[in-house]
Order: sequence, then structure tokens, then C-alpha cells
Amino acid sequence: MIRINLVLLCLLVICALALVTSQHRARKLFTELEKEQDIAKQIDVEWGQLQLEQSTWAMHSRVEQIARGTLHMRVPPSERVRLVPAPKRSAP
Amino acid sequence: MRPVNPALSLKLPVARARVLLSLLLLGFAMLIGRALHLQVLQDDFLQRKGESRYARLLELPAHRGMITDRHGEPLAISTPVESVWASPADVEATPAQRRQLARLLDMSDADLKKRLSDPGREFVYLKRHLRPDVAARLVQLGIPGISLKREYRRYYPAGEMAAHLLGFTDVDDRGQEGIELAYEDWLAGKPGSRRVIKDRLGRVVEDAESVHAPIEGRDVALSIDRKLQYLAYRELKAAAAEHRAKAGAIVVLDAKSGEVLALANVPAYNPNNRSRRDAARARNRAITDLFEPGSTLKPFTIAAALEARLIRPESTVQTAPGYLLVGNARIDDVHPAGVLTVSQVIQRSSNVGVAKLALALPREQLWSVLSAAGFGVPPRSGFPGEVGGRLRDYQSWRPIEHATLSYGHGISVSLLQLARAYTVFAGDGALQPITLLKRAAPGAGTRVISPGTARAVRAMLETVVGPGGTAVRAQVLGYRVAGKTGTAHKLQGSAYAPDKYVSSFVGMAPASDPRLLVAVMIDEPDNGDYYGGVVAAPVFSAVMAEALRMLSVPPDAPATLVEPGDEMHPGGALPEVREEV
Repeated sequence: MIRINLVLLCLLVICALALVTSQHRARKLFTELEKEQDIAKQIDVEWGQLQLEQSTWAMHSRVEQIARGTLHMRVPPSERVRLVPAPKRSAP
Repeated sequence: MRPVNPALSLKLPVARARVLLSLLLLGFAMLIGRALHLQVLQDDFLQRKGESRYARLLELPAHRGMITDRHGEPLAISTPVESVWASPADVEATPAQRRQLARLLDMSDADLKKRLSDPGREFVYLKRHLRPDVAARLVQLGIPGISLKREYRRYYPAGEMAAHLLGFTDVDDRGQEGIELAYEDWLAGKPGSRRVIKDRLGRVVEDAESVHAPIEGRDVALSIDRKLQYLAYRELKAAAAEHRAKAGAIVVLDAKSGEVLALANVPAYNPNNRSRRDAARARNRAITDLFEPGSTLKPFTIAAALEARLIRPESTVQTAPGYLLVGNARIDDVHPAGVLTVSQVIQRSSNVGVAKLALALPREQLWSVLSAAGFGVPPRSGFPGEVGGRLRDYQSWRPIEHATLSYGHGISVSLLQLARAYTVFAGDGALQPITLLKRAAPGAGTRVISPGTARAVRAMLETVVGPGGTAVRAQVLGYRVAGKTGTAHKLQGSAYAPDKYVSSFVGMAPASDPRLLVAVMIDEPDNGDYYGGVVAAPVFSAVMAEALRMLSVPPDAPATLVEPGDEMHPGGALPEVREEV
């Protein structure tokens, strides 16, 4: 009787310690997950900012200014435009 | 015998033992009572207190949806910024730290001190919407009791060119105007929350309850084309500056589907700058302001007369001697002419001609065409604050009102409404439903006039832009254009101001099968010119020419133009309709 009790006590102590360790590990993993999620959020934010930046750089007023001012581009006069009939697409 | 302890032989009074026992029992009873009190009665309160030592409720902010143009180019984006807040009771800062903080927040030390001096409050915003790099430096100061809160701020990459249409949001990112307000429910997300357990270092170690995930806001794709919007705004702004106009508006519609491809106003404002904004600049005039359309309404009178089989396109009208007396009021033509065909009435914009036709037409028939074309009712664009204009009931018309209505006086419209009405002539007599959102399939139009009438009026509108017409400057190289000018005196109180005009032009191209419809309105041009054909038509031409090229619409006319310079200046102006009392 006493022997069984001793074995059970040992088991109990081992289980208790295992519980503590796994809880600790779960928390550590969770913190890591949190960190990764934060990074994901951060990247998301960056994406939004880059989108904003891209559309600011690609503003038509700016593009036009560069095209006309820096690159000296202009719309071709109509006598220099030739219209080519669109090739007939084969049926899909 | 062993000696007996004398103490044992002492006889104590029984009462003493009883008192002791009852005191002991009382002590236990008190302990039990206290335990009950804590465990049962104060349980909730204590549990909460305990939880607050380690559990935290985190708010999960939701992202506001993006507004994009029809090709997915962003027009409004929310991006996170940091707001700084403090809990005054917890703030422990040395004077040096506080000065540093004040410098970072761009506020005076005294001001900051005042804000931090109220220990009764637990939450004080120090500064909202801080740039992320400034926020990072602030964190490095490491002052306890000062924290950051993530918030979203709205940015409008298109700036002022689409400001009126998009509207703006307030500091809490709620829509206040325009599309932002109209689609607030769709755009706005719902913030979520999660209860977590934090360790000593403030790291989240466990979710204490199930997470309420935030509902992210959804995107809105507008029917606007950013390129066309820019083009329209640029040309409108240039024209308004050239003619020193008080205001102006332009609407570009897809003639087939009724989608709004561009809608711009001047004066404009920069929606990214919250502090400088006044109501006059923020008005979306194209949708929320009314004006008397003047001659741009004439085609509808002609259409009503054609529908009633009162006339045929080649019928003639006598407009001599250049004026018409209706009761004791007088309607004048700028260029008196003799006998004109119906087509010439439109081409030269003869008030007398169109008034004569209108007077020959039963009131109800004129009214029903105007009403079916959407005048007098809001165009249902979904834009907040849109107006329907005024089209009075035909039963209350006096003869002079009947006559002036035929050339666009005594009726008020918004520019969007006027543009939409012209879809009747652009298509086959059906009025297209209008939309600011990208539409997958064209909506079903409602028939207003017969296809034959629509084509006949469109042919007449083409002569307006041709030689001898009022809008030679609306021509577009390589395309057939149909349109109509309008010049109207502005109403001031109940009388027409002699020197204040609204110049307008509504037109479509290519006239053989209209793809685009552009309506331009310039309010109070103040540089000498005020005729629609001189002020508004060039804006139309510039926008239309480039828009057709951008959309690669095949040309339908030889590449020659009529020289401007000898166009007719007619006018719908003329409210020489003064009533002599």
C-alpha cells in the first residue's frame, strides 16, 4: 500500500513539473508567435505606405511635368499619327 | 502513590471554560463569515482586481477601406500613425526629460506641464497623428506613463484634384463629406478586442479569452478614371484662372453606361491638410449647386416638339423681327434672323425660335419630356447633399414662364443632372442611370424619346460645332462632336444680374456613336468673355480630345478644323425677359 502511494506521489510530482515546463514553453512559443504577427502587421503597414508613396510619385501632374519639362516629350501632331486597323482576333 | 500535581486537583469554575469555548467559537464564526464575505459576496470585485494585475484588454484597430479609381489606383488610403497619450498620475519625468518631450511634440514646456498636472484623469492625449519616426524617438526617451496609441490617418494621393468627390474624414477617421461619408458603413471597419495575460516585462504570454477579431473596412472602387480626372481638373483650373471665374465644374460621363469618369470643381482644397479648409472651397458644385442652364436646355424643347410631331427636323420657324412679345415681357435674339430651320434654331441658339415652338406645344408635353430627362428630381448618384433642382409643375406656369423655360430660364439644374440628361441624345433616347461606383454591366436606361428623335437632335447638335455654329471652339480634331452652348445671366435675388453670367457647354463625341459626354460650367467669368462658346467650349475640346486619345477611340472624321473667330454669339443669355410692371 505504501509502495503504491510512493509511486503515485512520484508520478504526481513528475506530472506537475511537466505541466509547469509545458506551460512555460507554450508561453514562450506564444510570445514568439506574437512577435511574428507584429512583424506581419509591420510589413502590412509598410506595404500601405509604399502604396501611398508609389501613387504620390506616379501623380499625373508630376509625370506630365517630367515628360514635358525634363524629357521634352509632346503629343504628336495629327499629321504624324497613322491609324492602323486593329488586327482581327481569332475566336477564342 | 505518586505525588499528585496540585494544579490538577484544582477545581475551576465551569463558567470560565464555557466563556473560553464560546470566544473560540466566535472567532471561528468570524473567520467563516469573513471568508464568506470575500468568497461569495465580493467575489466578482476581487476577481476583477486580481485580473487587472496581469490581464489586459487590447484594442485591435480596424483598417479603413481604400477608395480606388476604376483601375484600382488608390485615391484614399489609411496609414497608421501614432498618437501619444499620458496617464498623468503615472508620469515620472525629470524636467530635462519633459523639455525633450515637449520639443518632440512641438509644444511648449509650460503647456505640456499643464496637461500633465491633472492627476485625476487617466487618459490625456498629448498629440495625435505623429509621424512614425518621431514616435520612435519618443519611445526611446522611456518616460513611464507616456504611451503610444496606433491610429489611422487618411491620405489622399490625388490631392486637390479629386478632393470634392472623395470628401474627407475627421480626426477619428470617420467620413465627413463626399464618398467618405456616403460609403462610411462600407469603408469603416469595426475594431476588435482581445483579453491577454501579460508577464512582468509586458510581453503578451497568453490569450485569456477568445479573440474578437476586428472587421476590416472594405474597399470602394469608383467609376472615376484617375487620368481623366487629372486631365479634367487641369483644364478646368486653367480655364477658371484665365477667365478669372469665381468657380467652375466639369463632369465627364461614359455615354453608354452613365458612369461618372471624372468630376472636378474649382476652387479646390487640399484634403491632406486638415487645418486649412473653408466651406466655400469644399462644396462639390457639380452635384450640390444649382444654376439656370440657359441654352443648354434648348435641345430638350426641340426634342419635345419633335416627339409631339409638331415639327420635323427640316421644318421652318419665323424668328423675325428678332424678338417676341409674350404678355408684356419681351424675348430677344442676339442676332436677329429671319426664317430658320429647326436645326438652325439650335445652331444659332435662337431664343425666339425655340420659344415659339414651346408655346405651340402643350405645356404638359414640354414638362413631361423635361421631367423624364431627370430635371427636378435628384439624379440618385448616391452623393450626400445632391440636389434635384427646380422644375415647376406645368399647371402653375404663366405663358412667359412657359416660353422662358424652353431656353433654360426659370428652371434650375445641377451640372451632373444636366450631363446625365444629355445621355438621352448620346444613346437612343434612353436616360442612363448615373453612378459614381464602378459598374460591372451597364444599367438599364429609361426611355425618354424615340431613337429617331434622339438621332435627329444629335445631328442638330453637330451643326452647333460646325461652321456658323455657336461653339466652333468645341471642335476636336479627327472626331465629330455634338454639343450645345449655354450662357445665362445669374439670378441675384429675384432679378437677373446684368454683368454676371454662367457659361456652360455640354457635348459628346464621337457624334457617330458617342462614347464620352462632357459638361463644363464656368461661374462668373470676369475677363471680358462670357459666351459659353468662348469660355466653356475650349475646355470641352481640350478634355475631350485628350480623353478620346487616352481611351483610343477610333476617329470618325477627317482631320480638319473650322477656323474659330466668326462664331455666332447668341445667347441664351438674354434674359432681356424683363417684365414691365
